[in-house]
Amino acid sequence: MSHSEAGREEPPESPELVESVIIRFAGDSGDGIQTTGALFTQDAAVSGHDISTLPDFPAEIRAPAGTVAGVSSFQLNFSSRDIHTPGDRPDVLVAMNPAALKTHLADLIPGGMVIVNEDSFTPQSFKKAGIKSDPREDGTLDGYAVHSLPVTSVTMRAVEPVGLGKKNSERCKNMFMLGVVCWLYDRNTDVIERLIDAKFAASDPKTAQANRLALQAGHSYADTARLVPHRYHVDQAQLPPGKYRRITGNSAAALGFVAASKLAGRTLVFASYPITPASDILHELARLRNFGIKAGQCEDEIAAMGAAIGAAYAGALGLTATSGPGLCLKSEAIGLAVMTELPVVIVNVQRGGPSTGLPTKTEQADLLQAMFGRNGESPVAIVAPQSPSDCFDMAIEAFRIATRHMCPVFFLSDGYLANGSEPWRVPSPEELPAFGATGSLDADNFQPYARDPDTLARPWVTPGMPGLEHRIGGLEKQDGSGEVCYEPENHERMVQLRAKKIERIADDIPLLEVFGPEQGELLVLGWGSTYGAIRTAVERSKSGGASVACAQLRYLNPFPSNLGEILDRFDQVLVPELNAGQLRLLLRARFLKDVQGLNKVQGQPFRTWEVQEKIDSMLGLNLRKLHGGTADSGSLSGDKQQGAIS
Amino acid sequence: MSDTFPLKYTRDDFRSDQVVRWCPGCGDYSILAQVQRVMPRICAETQTPRENIVFISGIGCSSRFPYYMDTYGFHSIHGRAPALALGLKIARPEMQVWVITGDGDGLSIGGNHLIHAIRRNIDVKILLFNNRIYGLTKGQYSPTSEIGKKTKSSPYGVIAQPVNALGLALASRATFIARTLDTDSKHLQEVLLRAAHHRGTAFVEILQNCNIFNDGAFDDIKARDVRDDRLLFLEHEKPMRFGAGGSKVLIPSGAAHDTHFAAVAEAGHGMDRALVHDEASENEGFMYALANMDYPEFPVPMGVLRAVEQATYEDLVEHQIEEARERQGPGDLQALLDAGECWTVE
Ligand SMILES: Cc1ncc(C[n+]2csc(CCOP(=O)(O)OP(=O)(O)O)c2C)c(N)n1
Ligand code: SF4
Ligand SMILES: [Mg+2]
Repeated sequence: MSHSEAGREEPPESPELVESVIIRFAGDSGDGIQTTGALFTQDAAVSGHDISTLPDFPAEIRAPAGTVAGVSSFQLNFSSRDIHTPGDRPDVLVAMNPAALKTHLADLIPGGMVIVNEDSFTPQSFKKAGIKSDPREDGTLDGYAVHSLPVTSVTMRAVEPVGLGKKNSERCKNMFMLGVVCWLYDRNTDVIERLIDAKFAASDPKTAQANRLALQAGHSYADTARLVPHRYHVDQAQLPPGKYRRITGNSAAALGFVAASKLAGRTLVFASYPITPASDILHELARLRNFGIKAGQCEDEIAAMGAAIGAAYAGALGLTATSGPGLCLKSEAIGLAVMTELPVVIVNVQRGGPSTGLPTKTEQADLLQAMFGRNGESPVAIVAPQSPSDCFDMAIEAFRIATRHMCPVFFLSDGYLANGSEPWRVPSPEELPAFGATGSLDADNFQPYARDPDTLARPWVTPGMPGLEHRIGGLEKQDGSGEVCYEPENHERMVQLRAKKIERIADDIPLLEVFGPEQGELLVLGWGSTYGAIRTAVERSKSGGASVACAQLRYLNPFPSNLGEILDRFDQVLVPELNAGQLRLLLRARFLKDVQGLNKVQGQPFRTWEVQEKIDSMLGLNLRKLHGGTADSGSLSGDKQQGAIS
Repeated sequence: MSDTFPLKYTRDDFRSDQVVRWCPGCGDYSILAQVQRVMPRICAETQTPRENIVFISGIGCSSRFPYYMDTYGFHSIHGRAPALALGLKIARPEMQVWVITGDGDGLSIGGNHLIHAIRRNIDVKILLFNNRIYGLTKGQYSPTSEIGKKTKSSPYGVIAQPVNALGLALASRATFIARTLDTDSKHLQEVLLRAAHHRGTAFVEILQNCNIFNDGAFDDIKARDVRDDRLLFLEHEKPMRFGAGGSKVLIPSGAAHDTHFAAVAEAGHGMDRALVHDEASENEGFMYALANMDYPEFPVPMGVLRAVEQATYEDLVEHQIEEARERQGPGDLQALLDAGECWTVE
């Protein structure tokens, strides 16, 4: 491109080839950090890398500018290999202000690269960030490769011709920074310019132009100024052939539900109430009126749950989505769906709790609530996607199970999956299997609670079917007839039937797959979103010769039918979870197996090294055991000490 | 549609095989009987086959109602019936949905859903059985219990103001609002028929006697010897008359143009100034005053207070779907999955 060649005297050096790069963008939540990260990610994805992202933002929409509380960040891992996580510690930190530098510097790898906006390094901003002196001069940055660039001032000059005014011109500085980063990784700005145009060109051509100019300016600045001794290049990854797009967990879930509606041949009715980090599912589905999707916002979560049940009763796919506090409100109505045996899907995008907790952070602490958080013996099915793109498949699974087995199904995602992204091989609708309800509708011998002999599901009879008029409700049902019944033995039988119906789902879901040796010293068993960190840690330990395998549960109730047998094939089992040990509790109760925990409740996903360290220590313990040392007691408190990360 | 509906139902077609379990003498029996009696007519006039009728209730004595109707029925959870009705109507707009609720179910625990159901104007008929008490839980005060009322949970007397259901419905912009009585079988049937014909939320308060926990709650307005003076039966485009032989009328109070407050006059003096009821009146202040009229200052308004046409929520959903399809074409799943920047790996 001509603008990057102006003024150059020496021939360009060839970029250094690297396998993977972990880069973290950080700045004020008003600095457009999430947009910057998303654009660079898209560029990396389209360039054929495998990617994985971790956005992290404050709960406040606009915390005071320049403060540590207002720092937002976005981490991207892009690679020429198959990767499963956004990476542990960044190789490069892009900090738009001192507060961002202060917050994130400790995570940077030793000797890593720091790029800062020197225009934001002023005495006032040090004060806001709560630092005493300029970190560029007081030794804080010793040992790092530091590039301090006049980002704001050059941006202002670059976009001046557009005439946006001071404030809006300054807002383009994130694009300048992005231009610098593009240069650093041997990329032109074409894809990002296209994305900018797609977003703004029609509605706001001036903003589009200014953003493009700032981006190009950053690229040329880096090129001309030779700010870094050299640039880097990451090759394309070897992904299986196919058409790909980058997708977040919430988008994938929304698309999965649309696909489910098509596969089931039933209308999707989605009722929800806004709550972070689940709202994006509402936003995505609300746009799709032309698909006949009936998505809407209710007065509260109770109403949303009620509407989903009403829709399921009417024969539609009834769906609701929420996060922890909202799930509490839905509990009573979920019990009604258990009693009336109606197929509804409840999405819980878990966040840090209890109460309002950490609204924008991730956690897996609602597993037991999903299992048991209702009055009475009230079993439901639970699925948990293991990666952003897996949200698509599990959304379809949730409705397949709900409609085939006539029960509420929980879809336990979390903030990490919801906002994180990865490449997704786009399926064609023909690849996806159609599904439907079981149960017979014979008007002569009709009974609303007659059961399918295989699944124990009751028939999905809906209003409008002549001759099948009947009443259902939350009072205990008589086995078969469904009439109100208070008989003691009948109640017990119904409790057992409802439980058995959920257990039988195990015959209808895939067996658990083990990655690594089929038997050995250690199995690392995770569930849901911890897949990436566990898988990467086990890959690394295995390559170091350890006898370790991993498996990830995507079906939590019922468990895959081979789980018990797999547990028995390993000397030790480790369960890493972002909670205080909820799956571990279930496994110990169910299999009487002394599984160990690695538990983290910091609102942050696992880093690979955290899991790897635990694996090493457990295998080390085993060695000591062989040599006659003391074995780990396996007690809860013992686990905590071993597993807690401070 | 001019053709008569081919199906001819009788009252028995709406009786389920369940044994009715209200206390002997409960006002709910009469309401059930009138609903079952008027249903054949409703089905014929609204061209609705029985299988398209759904009764959805919350929890309470009143909410047992669906079990006794041989239609589709859903006895849900306390206060949430309007939420279920919303989902049902959005999924299947062709269903005729009746919500059965009580003064506790609809105005206390489910108050929020009631307001929002009404505000959305979903096409459901909401029958609120108001016995001014919690029947099923054996006699605690309810949001409609009068100040000073002593109940098990208010041994020193109720100290909160009661809710006027019609006022609440009006404030929520209900498109159909009516009040009737368990014991007035003819009026009850007439109001139910009107509600059935209304497209949109039809809110009907039914004054209902709980002879066990709040017996005679409405005697001071409906007893034979006082009812003429204390009940005002509203009729569209007719002067608002009451009293024996229509001896009293409602007239505007204060200045000639001030219709915000109504007053009572003997018909002889006030006839020419008698207010005429307009179900579609846009005089909100006056309608609000009318809705909230209560004994002893005023007669209690009965019948249809308000009936206006307005698009229903589910119609608007369907309309948006049609419009979106015209503008964007029908949804294409493959195109949706492919949306955004894609790339191909060979
Ligand atoms: C969540 C919940 N809270 C409390 C109850 C107990 N309960 C059942 S009915 C009722 C009040 C019913 O009063 P109302 O709606 O006036 O109906 P009525 O029995 O008078 O017809 C209460 C408090 C319940 N079933 N569910
Ligand atoms: S308690 Fe009152 S409302 Fe309930 S059934 Fe008995 S009389 Fe009717
Ligand atoms: Mg009551």
